[in-house]
Amino acid sequence: MNLRKIRLALWGAVGLAAIASGALYLQSRQQSSAPAVIGSLQPEFDLPDTNGKQRTSAEFRGKYLLVFFGFTNCPDVCPTTMTEVADVMDALGADAARVQPIFISIDPVRDTELGLGEYVGMFHPSILGLAGSEAQTKAAAESFRIHFSREADPNAPDGYTMSHSPALYLVGPDGEWLRQYGYGTPAAEITQDLQERL
Amino acid sequence: MKTLLYSVPFLLIASSAIAGSCPQWTVGDLVIDAAWSKATIGDARPGIIYFTVTNTGAEADNLTGIATPAAEMPMLHETVVTDGIASMPHAPAIPVPANGSVSLAPGGYHGMLMGLTAALAKGDTFPATLTFERAGTVEIEVAVEALTAREPTCRQDAS
Ligand SMILES: [Cu+2]
Repeated sequence: MNLRKIRLALWGAVGLAAIASGALYLQSRQQSSAPAVIGSLQPEFDLPDTNGKQRTSAEFRGKYLLVFFGFTNCPDVCPTTMTEVADVMDALGADAARVQPIFISIDPVRDTELGLGEYVGMFHPSILGLAGSEAQTKAAAESFRIHFSREADPNAPDGYTMSHSPALYLVGPDGEWLRQYGYGTPAAEITQDLQERL
Repeated sequence: MKTLLYSVPFLLIASSAIAGSCPQWTVGDLVIDAAWSKATIGDARPGIIYFTVTNTGAEADNLTGIATPAAEMPMLHETVVTDGIASMPHAPAIPVPANGSVSLAPGGYHGMLMGLTAALAKGDTFPATLTFERAGTVEIEVAVEALTAREPTCRQDAS
């Protein structure tokens, strides 16, 4: 009987903690998707495109950026998200001119060898592929507060695979962080959210 | 609660009707269908296999292996997102529940085709052999869809 009471109390505590952390999570989500305020996160990148031209976040002021960090040897998560992005761009019609989708390679050496431009172009002609040095890639990832790592895997091609944050990030026309679309967010939902902003 | 109970068998009927228009393969109590892959750009990047396994029997089973002449190193994987990080570890045994089904589909379980023997083009088909712990092995035919496909064409026709 006593044990049962303790167990119930413990489960109650777990439940409360879950509610509390859920509330905190929601609060932080709302803050991160709030309109730009002074001191808000301004994610930046400075990376070469597939023609070798250096591209920076600053040159895209006035546009919304849909940013994805991925690698082209990823046959499941990355094509799924790129397909959603392609559908969003088609669904936006004329408004698509104000949105720039960007694929930042977290596996730049191999992706450059394999052909990043051809890969992103297969999904939508508007997608800009960027692949820089290790330092430039790390700086961009840190600025967006995302994580990626290279993991040894003897079965994988070249003996390694990448793990990474799979979400899609939205940056506003003033360079401000607006929100993320979690992995698997349907294109229709992203399109509607963008249409409300445009 | 009542509506939920009624809607479950309805959903089962509806989904098996949709699946019916894709080719099916049977081994023991298992039915495999909706087998598809995505086109690749060249042969240097991994390809992928998806399919659905439906278990009409009262005993659970496990999918433990995949083989195909289309790749030197085919392997079962699961895409998992843990603490906001996506990775795809090897899935040594994919559970096929009794009187239930499991789908290998984008964002979850998949057959990963490493070391492609040739590029995969939309419209191609290639064979694959699946190994189940209880039911044994079965050869299926995988249809290659566009790189941007979300599901096999045979499912789209039905809806
Ligand atoms: Cu995989």
